[in-house]
Amino acid sequence: MNVEILSRIQFAFTVAFHYLYPPLSIGLGLVLVMMEARWLRTRDPLYHNMARFWTKVFGLIFGLGVATGIVLEFEFGTNWATYSRFVGDIFGSALAAEGIFAFFLESGFLAILLFGWDKVGPGLHFFATCMVALGAHFSAVWIIVANSWQQTPAGSHLELHGVPAPAGYRLQPEDLGHARMVIDDFWEVVFNPSSMDRLGHTLVGCWSAGAFLVVSVGAYYLLRRRHLEFARSSLKFGLALGLCASLLSLATGHSSAIGVARHQPSKLAAMEGKWETGPDAPLHLFGWVDTKAERTHGPAFPGGLSLLIAGDRNQVVTGLKDIPPDLRPPIQPTFQLFHLMVAIGFSLIGLSIWGCLLWWRNALHDPTRPLTRVFLLLAVPSVLLPQIANQAGWFTAEIGRQPWIVWGFLRTSEGLSKVVKANQVVASLIGFGLIYLLLFLLFLYLLTRKIQHGPEPVEESHTLPKAWMKQQRA
Amino acid sequence: MDYALLWFVIVGVLFAGYAVLDGFDLGVGALLPWIKDDDERRVLYNAIGPVWDGNEVWLVTGGGALFAAFPPVYATVFSGFYLAFMLLLFALIFRAVAIEFRSKEPWPWWRRWWDRGFFAGSTTASFLIGVAMGNIAWGIPIDESGEFAGTFLGLLQPYALLMGVTTVSLFMMHGAIYLHMKTEGALQARIRRWINPLIIAFIVCYAVVTLATLLYIPHITDVLRAQPVLFVFAILLVLAIANIPREVHHGRDGRAFLSSCATMLLLMALFGLGMFPHMVYSLPNPQYSLTAYNASSTRKTLHTMTIIAAIGVPIVLAYTASVYYIFRGKVKVTKDSY
Repeated sequence: MNVEILSRIQFAFTVAFHYLYPPLSIGLGLVLVMMEARWLRTRDPLYHNMARFWTKVFGLIFGLGVATGIVLEFEFGTNWATYSRFVGDIFGSALAAEGIFAFFLESGFLAILLFGWDKVGPGLHFFATCMVALGAHFSAVWIIVANSWQQTPAGSHLELHGVPAPAGYRLQPEDLGHARMVIDDFWEVVFNPSSMDRLGHTLVGCWSAGAFLVVSVGAYYLLRRRHLEFARSSLKFGLALGLCASLLSLATGHSSAIGVARHQPSKLAAMEGKWETGPDAPLHLFGWVDTKAERTHGPAFPGGLSLLIAGDRNQVVTGLKDIPPDLRPPIQPTFQLFHLMVAIGFSLIGLSIWGCLLWWRNALHDPTRPLTRVFLLLAVPSVLLPQIANQAGWFTAEIGRQPWIVWGFLRTSEGLSKVVKANQVVASLIGFGLIYLLLFLLFLYLLTRKIQHGPEPVEESHTLPKAWMKQQRA
Repeated sequence: MDYALLWFVIVGVLFAGYAVLDGFDLGVGALLPWIKDDDERRVLYNAIGPVWDGNEVWLVTGGGALFAAFPPVYATVFSGFYLAFMLLLFALIFRAVAIEFRSKEPWPWWRRWWDRGFFAGSTTASFLIGVAMGNIAWGIPIDESGEFAGTFLGLLQPYALLMGVTTVSLFMMHGAIYLHMKTEGALQARIRRWINPLIIAFIVCYAVVTLATLLYIPHITDVLRAQPVLFVFAILLVLAIANIPREVHHGRDGRAFLSSCATMLLLMALFGLGMFPHMVYSLPNPQYSLTAYNASSTRKTLHTMTIIAAIGVPIVLAYTASVYYIFRGKVKVTKDSY
């Protein structure tokens, strides 16, 4: 295998592994804010107890996010040096802003969130929780701005040997190392055509990840008849956020897709397996792309794609046959991963509506009712769904961007470090593989153990009726 | 305004901040094997527990600032030091998860293995940071297109290794002084006995490094010769180090720690002044060196980043100081602790 494929595997592996954790900390951070706000309002020790339990889970997740996140910042330079030189003028300011505004905010206040329960008052502790959640959201902002700029570059121009290149200039192999993108307008970079749509879609995906973790654990306790009050209440927090997030995923996903249609037609064509250019483009429910015969098989709504991206069945959609083969992304994975994400998105909407209906009918707490029981049984594994959807969505976005690393300017194959050899990447890839496997197993073990252990019994408090305390302990 | 100079300073300040803050975390890790008792080891972990990941952010932000302000430097150094930086990453990962996982189970074998990971990760990271700085000071082979032209083994040259050892000894000294401030009773008394030997070990290492620098690195000695004012820094450095045992002797452990921080800042300042304007010195072809002027981003980007930093840095400093203030005083191991 050559350096390019190895470096791509390493980046994909390390970023995908890292991305198991930040969505959980972003979503769970928001849940913590909700729980603590509720505690401050009602002073019901139940909410305090919930906040403390979920804070411990948060701490574990956050620790892994920090440990695996630093790798990515190094990898731009270690494996993608030519790309780093090329985009540094633009990408770097976003990354530096991420460090200053987001990472310091999260990690500084995390100390208070985790260890400050007895050191600061409830108001200041709540403030710290809000700042951690805000920092986690900020950290998504800048990295998505940078990634979106790679998808839809704006506010910048190409420079060769320090001189602006003519419009539409295609980089030649001898230009590499002497070419860079130069910023014209910071705000045009930040608000490039895809950044806000993609930011919204990513953040609500993160909310889903946090929400369904809480739903899953709550459902598990209810089925096991443990920590009933805690479980019921956690489930409600999770469902409320899960319903909002899954519905918003639909809306933000829709507007992201319109953006892809406008700015990255080859990605859209691959996502839908569309070969012929023309109006009345179909929308596949699922399917199989036959790349040899250049056809896509599967049930489809006629005209659905045209209708969705333009509200008009006569909207012409570019097909893959009109895109030169060397500018097409890998079609099958883009198509399948995109459809997987959409399918999961709709199941999450269904699941959260079902749960909210049970809540509304006051049936959520009673696992003896068959409908509740089935819901709870489905809710336990639902924690995996947003994770799979988040990963599938990012793989769609990044595979669909190929062959470009910076859309229209620099190819992925051109962004590599020239001095790094294949055997070095093999060595680091094996290292990451072993270490991350170990970390993942330990993470699962400790998370499971924490959930098995459950929340601490509600502390003695005069606000609690005696009988209720007994029920808690049981 | 000379933005290239400004950002050379800011990147330097961020890495100096990293050295001062994460330096004591890494030093604590390197000192762990000398404490045998499990409860006392937990005190060590919890002395850095609330602050270590905020401290590591200084490295992340320093790296981000280097990427933003001097992309060619970031690209050349990170790709050139590929294997060394991968090892650094592995070391930092082990350090981080060891803190997180170690006290989650009571089993002796579990804790023993994570203690080993914490020690190995902290020591390796300190050593590799020193080796990287040693190579940057000594100079590395750069070709005409600005790419690293050396080998991994070439990076393990004597001066860089010496710098690695010096960094480990510096962080151990700094970590011991930090622990002295955060502990009490018998544990503190024991740590107190380590401080003087660690200071002496560091001074010996540093003297050898300085001698080697004066003898073998003409581009740094030329700067020193041209600017005699730098001797003021060197004198301040000696005073700061000499002040540490004095403060420890008088039981002013907070001031001893500040003195140690001042030592590290002065060391980084001397390093930066000796290097400027070079960021990566090219040996044997100095004309290919990457400097703050030939390797910077555009004026516009540096201007934008200056605004971001002017807004963000005071806020960061304010709440970092608040967090240190809230967690001031001696370590208490509670149920929320590591």
